[in-house]
Formats: sequence, C-alpha cells, structure tokens
Amino acid sequence: MHLALFLIFGCICVAAAVNLLVQRHPINSALSLIVVMGSLAVLYLLLGAEFVAAIQVIVYAGAIMVLFVFVIMLLNAGVEEHTHGSKVAMRFGAPGAVLFVIAVVAALLRRGPDEMLPIGAMYGSPEAIGHLLFKDFLLPFEVTSVLILIAIMGAVVLARREN
Amino acid sequence: MHLDFTTYLIVSVIKDVIFLGALLTIVAYTVWLERKVVGHMQNRWGPTRVGPFGLLQPLADGLKFIFKEDLIPANVYKPLFIAAPMMSLFFALLSVSVIPIGNNIDFTLNGTAYQIPLQITDLNIGLLVILGVTSLGVYGIALAGWSSNSKYSLLGSLRASAQMVSYEIALGLSLIGVLIFSGSFSLREIVNSQAHGHWNIWYRGQFIAFFVYLTAAFAETNRIPFDLPEAETELVAGYHTEYSSMKFAMFFMAEYANMVTVGSLATLLFLGGWDGPMFGPPVLQAILPVVYFLAKMGCFLFLYIWIRGTLPRFRYDQLMAFGWKVLLPIAIANVIVTSFFTALLS
Repeated sequence: MHLALFLIFGCICVAAAVNLLVQRHPINSALSLIVVMGSLAVLYLLLGAEFVAAIQVIVYAGAIMVLFVFVIMLLNAGVEEHTHGSKVAMRFGAPGAVLFVIAVVAALLRRGPDEMLPIGAMYGSPEAIGHLLFKDFLLPFEVTSVLILIAIMGAVVLARREN
Repeated sequence: MHLDFTTYLIVSVIKDVIFLGALLTIVAYTVWLERKVVGHMQNRWGPTRVGPFGLLQPLADGLKFIFKEDLIPANVYKPLFIAAPMMSLFFALLSVSVIPIGNNIDFTLNGTAYQIPLQITDLNIGLLVILGVTSLGVYGIALAGWSSNSKYSLLGSLRASAQMVSYEIALGLSLIGVLIFSGSFSLREIVNSQAHGHWNIWYRGQFIAFFVYLTAAFAETNRIPFDLPEAETELVAGYHTEYSSMKFAMFFMAEYANMVTVGSLATLLFLGGWDGPMFGPPVLQAILPVVYFLAKMGCFLFLYIWIRGTLPRFRYDQLMAFGWKVLLPIAIANVIVTSFFTALLS
C-alpha cells in the first residue's frame, strides 16, 4: 500500500516537474509546480512526517504559489517563446546534471539497505518539530526569522517610490 | 476493538456517503434559509411557491441549474475555465473529511464491542488539514477569473486572492490560543479539552480570538461585508461573471460548503463542539451531542445570513487596512497574552 502510493505520487511529482519545464504558458508552469508541491507533501506524509506535509501544503502550495499565480495574473504574462538554448547551458548545465545524478546515486548505493529509514519511521510529529525548533535550534530559528524580517523591510524600502 | 480491513472500508464508504449527503443537504437548505430570512428582514416573503414554505425550492433550483444551457464564452482558456469550478467545489467538500460531529458510538454486536467515531477520519493534524485545504481553495477562484479572459472576472479574482492570502494570517494566528490549551491539532482532542462546559470562548478567555477568527473567516469565504470579489455594483458578478449553469452552481455550492466548514470549526474550537447537558436513555445520549453540534453550527449559518441582511460592503482599501492593521495585531497580542498567562499559571 505504502509502496504503491509512493510510486504513484513519485511519478506524478516527476511528471509535473517535467511538465513545468515543457509548458510555454507561465500559468501552466505555475500550476505544475503546485502539483509538484502537493505530491511532495504526500511523500512526506508517507515518511511519517505529517506536520511537514501539512506545512508544505499550507505554506508552499497555499501561500507562496498563490502569490506566484497572483503575479502572473496581475502582469497578464503571455505565452513565452522557446529559444534555441544557450551555449552556457549546454557546456555547463548538461555535464553538471549528469554529475549530480551520479553523486546522488553513489551516495544512495554507499549507504546500503541497513542505513535507510523504513517508510513511516521518520519522526515528524508536531511535538517533535516543536522541540527541535524551540529548544535545540532556538538560536538559528530566531536568527532566521530576523533575517526574513530584514528582507521584508528591504523589499518595502526598495518598492517605495521616491518623492 | 479495531475493525478488520473490509469492515473498515464498508464503514468508511457509508460514512463518506452520509457526511457528503448531509453536507450537500445543509448547503441546499442554507440557500433556502438565506432567501427566506433575508426576505423577512426586508419585508418580503422569500420563496413560497414550491412546496410548503417554499421548502422544495432548492430542488427546483437544482433542476433549473442542471437543465440550463452550459455556455462557454469564445475567448476563455478552456481547460482552466472548466477545471476552476471543480477545484473550488472539490476543496470545499474535502474539509468535511476531518470534522467530527459527535462522540464515538460504542455498541456490542454478536459479543464483540465496536467503536465507530462520528467522523470520516481522525487525523492528529486535522486542523492543519482544514487550513491547508481552504488555502488551496483560492486557486478555484483565482483561476476562474483569469481563465475567463474578462476584465471584471480578473479584477474579482485578483481581489479574492489578495484578500484570502491576507486574512489567512490573522485566521491562523487566532487559532493558536486554542491550540495552547488543547496541545493537539486533532479536532477531537480539541473538543475533549473543552468538556463539561469549559469552552474556550469563556473558560480560557478566547473571546477576542473568537471574534478575530469569525471576522477573518467571513473574509475567507467572501461573504458580506467582505464580498468584494463579487461586488455586483462594480464588477457585475466578479470572478464568476462568465459562468452559467452547473459551473456557476459549483461556485455557489462551494461558497456555502465553506460557510458550513467555518461554522463547524468555530463550534469545535471555541464553543466546545458537541458539549452540552446530557440526560435521558442511552439512545438519546448518543443523539444529543450531534444535535448540539448541529444547533451551534446552525447559529453560525444564521449569523452569516443576519450579517448579510445588516451590513454594507467595505471599500477595498478599508478591507486591506482592516486585515493588516487591526486584525493581525489583535491576533498577535492574543497569542502573547494567552501564552504569558498560561506560563504564569502553570
């Protein structure tokens, strides 16, 4: 059951990610990204990290992507034209992608089946996450929130018109 | 004891059908109630012709929607134009899956004790699921307006997305006070923590959070006084201007289903859910909680209608200023004060 769900949503996730790149219209790409986020949430849920799954849907699919769609709608962005690909992408992108895949596969193979977590064994309950955030990693957590606050203030300053 | 898989599947399917049927019936009759109550508030009768007191009006409306011509304007972006109302309705109906409506029912059959919870599924992140599902509901409205390829629709859906994203924050923060006391995201646990009249709204002083929640929820469901996305004096009908027939009906049903969800959540989080005085024989004791829950939820549906008959519409800048400059600070202050006193008293 778990394995079947994993395969189904893993395939949906990859298919949507490919669709994101292939689609010409920005809104279709944005919708594909939402599907990617949604299927990732299901994968987190299968791992037993239910809180992370819920936050994935609420924050990424529900808030950030709404802003993406909002901006696309506001700018009324039209169909994009495909270019014939840049030389930089061919020269560095393709070998880079191959290297990345090799690195990930090698890392997975080196770990072996004993070190892998079985499905549902991750502890992702709200309590566990709360303890991690507000006890073990309190300082990094608070510093990150200050960083985000500074970024928001920077955006406000940049967006304000000169008078 | 735990049910085996087949029994579990059968019970789940039966529960799904009952819950969906009940929700859709409530939706249909909320529309009837709204027309009736607003009618009386404005010195009219409301529907009277179809059946006694116009009670069969929802049925007639449903038939009318089904037999109407399904128009698709020439310049719309077809796939999304068709998908948008479905998404809207799908997400609106999905949230009923985690809402509990009463205590577990215990009974013994052939010597085995069974326990059936009056809820489709009890998740320990139930509240978060509802928040996630409602935050996805924005897409139905946003995409409807965009794919219609019409000014009014686009303006309506831009308003809706900005409004729903803004008020979601105040809504989420207003729930934290409740979560501090329950210590769980499970809606059943939240209700159990308020048993014996210890309702969050007075026993834990969450009445400010309650009003913040209610105001933000009205904005989330695009109802008067926050129905800017479909302001008919400016935008014809807002995001659903180009829709007709069943597609329009889906938006309509989604709006009322969301009202039911808001009413249920308010009941579960602040008014003790199905908590109330218990008396009588066992059968009555099994039914009473459901009656209490439905009665409390019905009050919220009536409140929606009452406010629609009473208040004028906000201006858009007032709406945004109110959400960010009034509701959000109040919600944050509530979180701070509640956690301070909890820490002080514990």
